[in-house]
Parts: sequence; C-alpha cells; structure tokens
Amino acid sequence: MKYIDEYRDPALVKGLLAKIRKAADRIDHPVTIMEICGSHTYAIGRFGIRNMLPDNINLVSGPGCPVCVTSARDVDIALHLSRQDKVIFATFGDMLRVPGSNGDSLQRQRAEGSDVRVVSSSDECIELAQNFPQKEIIMMGIGFETTTPTVAVTVDRCRKKRIENFSVFSVHKVVPPAIEALIADPGLNIDGFLCPGHVSTMIGSNAYSMIPEAGCAAVITGFEPVDILEGIWMILEQIANNKFEVAIQYSRGVKPEGNVRAMDLVQSLFKTDTVEWRGIGPIPESGLVFRDVYAAYDTLKKFSVPDIQSVDVKGCGCGDILRGIKSPDQCALFRKVCTPANPIGPCMVSSEGSCSTYYKYH
Amino acid sequence: MKYDKILLEHGSGGLLSNELVANIFLPHFSNSFLERLEDSAILSIGNHKFCFTTDSYVVSPVFFPGGNIGSLAVHGTVNDLAVCGGKPLYMSAGYILEEGFPFAALTEIVQSMADAARGAGIKIVTGDTKVVSRGAVDGIFINTSGIGIIEYEGDLSIKSIKPGDAVILNGTIGDHGAAIMKARENLGLEADIVSDSAPLNGLIAEILKVSTDIHCMRDATRGGLGAILAEIAKSANVDININEQDIPICENVRGICEILGLDPLFLANEGKMVVFCPPAEASKVITVMKGHEFGRNAAVIGNAGESGQGRVVLKTSIGGERIIDLPTGELVPRIC
Repeated sequence: MKYIDEYRDPALVKGLLAKIRKAADRIDHPVTIMEICGSHTYAIGRFGIRNMLPDNINLVSGPGCPVCVTSARDVDIALHLSRQDKVIFATFGDMLRVPGSNGDSLQRQRAEGSDVRVVSSSDECIELAQNFPQKEIIMMGIGFETTTPTVAVTVDRCRKKRIENFSVFSVHKVVPPAIEALIADPGLNIDGFLCPGHVSTMIGSNAYSMIPEAGCAAVITGFEPVDILEGIWMILEQIANNKFEVAIQYSRGVKPEGNVRAMDLVQSLFKTDTVEWRGIGPIPESGLVFRDVYAAYDTLKKFSVPDIQSVDVKGCGCGDILRGIKSPDQCALFRKVCTPANPIGPCMVSSEGSCSTYYKYH
Repeated sequence: MKYDKILLEHGSGGLLSNELVANIFLPHFSNSFLERLEDSAILSIGNHKFCFTTDSYVVSPVFFPGGNIGSLAVHGTVNDLAVCGGKPLYMSAGYILEEGFPFAALTEIVQSMADAARGAGIKIVTGDTKVVSRGAVDGIFINTSGIGIIEYEGDLSIKSIKPGDAVILNGTIGDHGAAIMKARENLGLEADIVSDSAPLNGLIAEILKVSTDIHCMRDATRGGLGAILAEIAKSANVDININEQDIPICENVRGICEILGLDPLFLANEGKMVVFCPPAEASKVITVMKGHEFGRNAAVIGNAGESGQGRVVLKTSIGGERIIDLPTGELVPRIC
C-alpha cells in the first residue's frame, strides 16, 4: 500500500537496527525511553519492536493515551450524565471499557439501559442532535491536542447552525504539562522521550524545550516502524553525544510552530485548568475547560452534577510505572486483581499499555 | 470480574464469550459431546457418524455487499458442518420477524437462502416463524441448525493437532467484517469491499479426497483469524507461529483498517478456514485450494510449534514478534 509500505520496509528496518545497536554500544548504562503517545505504544506492540532492540534499551509507555488517563471521577460523572432522562451519551468507542469507581463502565451502563452511542467523529453528534430534537446529546470530549480541534470545530458548527440540544463534557487534556510533571519528579528514571507526532503537528516542537533542559533526549517521531526506529536511534545519538535537543524525525508532518490556526480555535473555546490524571494525580493547567462564552455547550454548566464520591483504587502502581520507577510485576494489583479483562490502572486499560503488554509476554 | 448483566462484549467471540460458555452453559449442560467445544457436535447413530450444529444470525445491516442475512445463515451452517468433516445434508430455518418488516426484503432474503442452499447441496427441511412487536428485534433474526454425515475416517479435532503441523488459510482475511463495518458506519469511505460469505463444503470435500491426514479445520468467523488461532492454541496447548507477511489481505480491507485503527486479524470472515496438517500434506492441500474458487489466494501462514504454552506468536512484517490473544472489548475504531 503506497505511503505505508515504504515506512515498513524490512531492509530499512534492518539498517536502522544496525545503527541502533552501534549507538547503544557507545552508551555504558541501561537506557529507558518513554513513548509518550498511545499510538506509539500501539505501533510498538503491533510490530513487535520492543524485542528487536538491544538488551540495554527499555521502552516504557507514558501517559499519552487519553482514554487510559481519564480519572475514575470523570468516568463516574460520565456514568451519571448517561443516566439522565432524555440523554443520548455519545463517546469514542475506546472509552466504553474504562472503569470508574467500583468497576462500572459506560459499557455496563449501556447494559443497564442508558442510551450510550459510539461515534467515530464528533461531527456525528450534529446529526444525532438534528435527528433527535427532543433529546440532549452529550459528547464525552476526550483526547489531546490532536482531537480537541475537531471537537472545537463541531461546537463552532453547532453554534452557527443554532443547534441547542448538544453539549460537550470536556475531559480534554494537553500534553506538555504532563511531561513537565514527569520530569519534575526527582525519582524519574527516563533518558529520552519519543514525542508524539500527531500532537506535535498541532503544538509544534517548541513546546518540548523543557525536556532537553532537564537533561533528557527528545525526538518528535512518526508512527510507522521506520519512523519509530529512526526516532529511537536519534535519541540514542543524543545520549551517546551527551547533547540534548528537541529533534524532529516526523518532519513530513511537524513544523516548529505547529498548526497555529487550529490552536487559536481551541484557545478561543477552552482555557486550561488543573485536572486529575488516572494513576498520576492532579497536574496543574493540564486540562481544557470551556470558556464562559461557550457555556451553552458546556455539559457541566447545562447539567448539575452532584458531588460524586469517587473511589480511586488503592495500591495501583501505574504512577510509578509511568515514571519508569517500577516494573508492572512490582505492583501489588498486577495479575491478581488487575488484568486485561478487568483493568484498573491506565497501563492495563490500554491493550498495549506497559502492564497489558507485560501481562501477555511474561 | 463478576457480571450481573449481559454486555454486548459477551457476544464478541472474544474472552467474555468464552467465559459465558464456560461459566453458564457448560456447567449446566455438561456432557461429553458438548465439552469438545468445536463447531459441531459429533454424534453416532447406528454405524454412522453425524455432525450437528446450530447458529443464530443477527447481522446488521441485513443486506450488505456480497450477501444478506439469509445467504449468510446457510453458509455459516454449512461451514460449521463441513469443517468437522461432515457432508451437509439437512438444515432448519427459524425466523424471528419484527412487526413492520417489509415483505419485499423477506422475500429477497428467503430467495437467497434457497439459492445458497441449492449451491451448497443442503436441504432446508423444517422451519418456524415468530413475529414480535416493533422494537423487540432489529428487523429479522434467523436461527438455523444443520446436520451432516461424516464419512472421513480421521479424527478432525483440535486435539489432533501435532507439533510441526502446517497452518493453511484459504484466502484473504477481514473481508466480511470490513464490508459490514463500511455498510454500517457512516464513514464516507468509497472502497469496493465485498463480504467473503461462501460455502466451504465443496472445497473441504476435495481436500479430504486428496489427503487422509488432515488434523483439524476451523472456520474463522466472529473474532477473526486471531481469535480462532488463540482459541485453538489454548485448547490444544500448543504454540502456533504465524508469519504476518504470509497472511493474504485485500488492499481495500487493509486501507479501511489503517484508517480506523482496526486489526484485520480480528475482523470477521464468513468464507475462510484454517487447516492444520502435517507439512508433507501441505502442498497437496494448497494445490486443491488454489484450484477452487474459494481458495485462490490460499497460503501456508505458519506452523504449530514444539513447545506447549498455548500461545499464538505472530512474526510481524518487519521481523518483530507479538502475541495474539483472545480479543477483549468490542471492535471499535481507536482514537489514540
């Protein structure tokens, strides 16, 4: 398939692996590289990249799967909203299984009778709103900088079309504050970051300057195997040369300044606020909430949400696993209560998260 | 985790479907025929061996490129009998119809069932019709059962799989699942994707004619090739090694999967099967398949390994390895 097979070429892969081995030989300590983005985690798992690398290179999955880091409290609120009269609750499909307190999920709530619908694009909500004028369409707005502009466009379209029975429960998050929280941790054990390609098409490369300042390598990387291997090699080169910068491997998509128009639109609808990340805790200025002018489309303004007493699972080690401090088998819940069929922490929720992958391979 | 209500995922053909069977049905119905958990039960009456199967069809949309719920019901029933070595003889057809379902659609469905049955050489000999009020079913559901006679002497079973066996697939994967997904979702994608719904009994009869040493056959329906292989590996307690680059797949199916972030290994098929046989028999099987209209793209995709951890190990197109496990969750487009 054109534009895909070129980036999965076995000969190119072989060449890059040789370069990686050479660079790894120049480094006299184990190297831990975090892929921040869930799509990297997925591709690494799908193509079996982890076990192709030299033994002293360890890949860990970061907090960049938006579904996985959605807090139990946000899921509880979603469940509450979906139970309201005359509500159609629209969500991207991978949110269905994410557990709230007590293991409840939208999937289970649908079996209880809530009208929960899976959409592939936020614009499908416009159609729902027009087809069901007597109902209120609530969309769970989830995702990072890549997804948020599409939701912003939908809200903007609804405003222009004067559609009033639609609102967004925004749990959107932004990536750079999460990275800052990670590198601020004194126990951090990460040498380099594979920075997300798609998010970076929006925010640009300038957003990651704190990584080299903290003495870590940073490479904005695409999502095909050749991209990922080249990104890893570029990280190793930075470590071997002890010279850190934000490099762009994904140059076919990313400009230093990003997509200014899309970011401006997002900014006009949302402002940042402190929000809770599953397994990590609250991170300042890491979430997007509606500005007051868009209150008509803010679910949390349209519906009163009672003070839900959310229960975070005790003993979940994802926070330490995401920082590269613990391995999954050092978590007390791993394999005992927390399994792919019954995920508790973000690293097990994602089918390719650290814990889920570890579960399958060990 | 304990469930007190049925979730859609219980019907996905993945982990929860297996748990449902193991925890609810097996303990109550327990008997040696059922416990084989294969596509058909194998029964003896007098000196004759029979296979007996049942299935329900709830596909939405009812009409899709390459078939409809009626032809699908016949092909599914025929294939469940055929992979157990049975010659399909007779089947039933039970209809649950929703109030308001158009006569024209029903007539078209029944007509294509009749055509499919004729094509596969099976007779629809008994049936039933129920009508329920609007909203109680989604248009039309069809339940079938089928019976076939087994003349093949070998024991076609997961338990017969031996280390080193070749794993053979009769063609491209994911066509049915992708066709349904495209027809169902409002994706605005223009691509020519047709379901592979087809009767495999003719092809299987030819295979069993040229080889008396076939160990196991399974049709890779719900849950796709990935789920079937994971189930076989666990049940037979053998490792199965698969080469991704040897698995045939249509460009359009690959394309829709790339766009939606779906894994074609877990997309449903309705005319695909895997055959396990000794490596020495593989070329005969491939020759027969390639000469048959439902096996033109057949390929050896891997083998049964020596050790017995019950895992499916996929060698990826770039030379990495990954474990293929029973899918959890519904098949949905990913956002991250």
